[in-house]
Amino acid sequence: MWKHHQKLERHSLLLVIVILVVVAIGGLVEISPLFYLESTIEKVDGIRPYTPLELAGRDIYVREGCYVCHSQMIRPLRDEVERYGHYSLAAESMYDHPFQWGSKRTGPDLARVGGKYSDGWQVDHLTNPRAVVPESVMPPYAFLAKKDLDYRDIADKLRAQRAVGVPYGDAMIAKAATDLETQADPFASGGTALKKRYGPKVNQRDFDGQPDRISDMDALIAYLQMLGTTVDFTTYKADAGENLR
Amino acid sequence: MADPKHDKPTPHKDEISGVDTTGHEWDGIRELDNPLPRWWLYVFYACIVFAVGYWVLMPAWPGLHGYTKGLLHQSDRGELSVALHDLSATRGAAGQALVKASLEQIEADPKLQAYALSAGASIFGDNCATCHGTGGTGGKGYPNLRDDVWLWGGDLNAIEHTLRVGIRSTHTDTRQSQMPSFGRDQLLTGAQVNDLTEYVTALSRRKADPAAVSRAAPLFQAQCAVCHGADGKGNQAVGAPNLTDQDWLYGGDPNSIHTQIWNGRAGVMPSWEKRFDTATIKALTVYVHANASGQ
Repeated sequence: MWKHHQKLERHSLLLVIVILVVVAIGGLVEISPLFYLESTIEKVDGIRPYTPLELAGRDIYVREGCYVCHSQMIRPLRDEVERYGHYSLAAESMYDHPFQWGSKRTGPDLARVGGKYSDGWQVDHLTNPRAVVPESVMPPYAFLAKKDLDYRDIADKLRAQRAVGVPYGDAMIAKAATDLETQADPFASGGTALKKRYGPKVNQRDFDGQPDRISDMDALIAYLQMLGTTVDFTTYKADAGENLR
Repeated sequence: MADPKHDKPTPHKDEISGVDTTGHEWDGIRELDNPLPRWWLYVFYACIVFAVGYWVLMPAWPGLHGYTKGLLHQSDRGELSVALHDLSATRGAAGQALVKASLEQIEADPKLQAYALSAGASIFGDNCATCHGTGGTGGKGYPNLRDDVWLWGGDLNAIEHTLRVGIRSTHTDTRQSQMPSFGRDQLLTGAQVNDLTEYVTALSRRKADPAAVSRAAPLFQAQCAVCHGADGKGNQAVGAPNLTDQDWLYGGDPNSIHTQIWNGRAGVMPSWEKRFDTATIKALTVYVHANASGQ
């Protein structure tokens, strides 16, 4: 048998092909079940696609590299659950492309930061973290409030997300820009339509404290304030067999 | 050996080391065929055996309808559930006592109070200090919780209620009030806002322009007194601060007062009812109450 191995070692092209076959078997066994196994993503109530404003905020989150210092993954460990709340579910990142789990916690985990602090605090903190948390090492992001959000391509962003499996409907895409403007304005008339499309828990506020404009800050805070708030944990059975892993 | 690709290896022993070579030669270079170190080889075999044991005992292989659960039925989430159950058993007696006792009873019972204070301190550090500052000394826009000045009331029940529903939060029963943006929304003229600034400065017994103060007096009664009171001493039912003391949420210098009248800022405190259980909210209430000059 080992003599036949010499044939592989001496024919580089054959070696490459056989290596590909071996790696493909590993991939098939490890990766492909994730696409058909029902048990990989928990069945929960409340998960919805991001609203256009939140999606724009999420892009800013990625652009500014927030994930470099903040994870969005509460592990099923006692100390984490005591500090951050219920451990993260796979279902909670099912519409994340790409997901923001992260692997580094220079700052705290943000998976359930939504609603934990006020919008005003988020503005103060992003503008100058040391103003509210003296021991913080986070860099300031004051420029976000001074920059108007560029959302000319927001419908295309929704379309791109739909292409990779996020269930954005035609109405959601057609109304993307309107929905975005509506969410940042508490007095806008489209609030009912926005909540009909994305659910009653959507926050419709002036997030950055500048009512006359929609800034990058608005989008980022809209995103932060919904993180980890969508799942209805009253109907989720954490100890049920299919949810244990 | 002209064509190393297809030749058969010929047995050959290296003269200097006395070790067999692989039997090949490339441009006069031969390769010693030393065996792998024994310790390495046995560790390698042991790893393979371990892996097989692991597959049997632990969740490992995906299948068509699920995955192999393993003989041990190990589950991180299951273990967490047990750990949290143990935790509530450890804290159980004290936690249950907190739930049953009224806030006044907790304060009266030294043992319960000590438990509530230490639990409250750690919860405060994790959740409240972010805004209210380490130790609760507050900052601009974030009330100091260690003094005897309260916007929405500082007795035990008022503190507990604020914790539960929040202030201007998303909770349906939230504490709610809103100071108008008198300048920004053009409810008052710039001159009127300037006069009111002088009036409010005078309320807290500081030097102000007497002419402006007398001009602003009827204005204050018409616009501000409904919340802040005719004497400017505030009203905790609507979270209107006392304007006659030296305690200022957004700064007490004329500039800050002017900004506040112009823009009418109002802080938001989240509702904690969904994040904390009853025992936690009670412990936190007792902690905050004990650290302030309690009312």
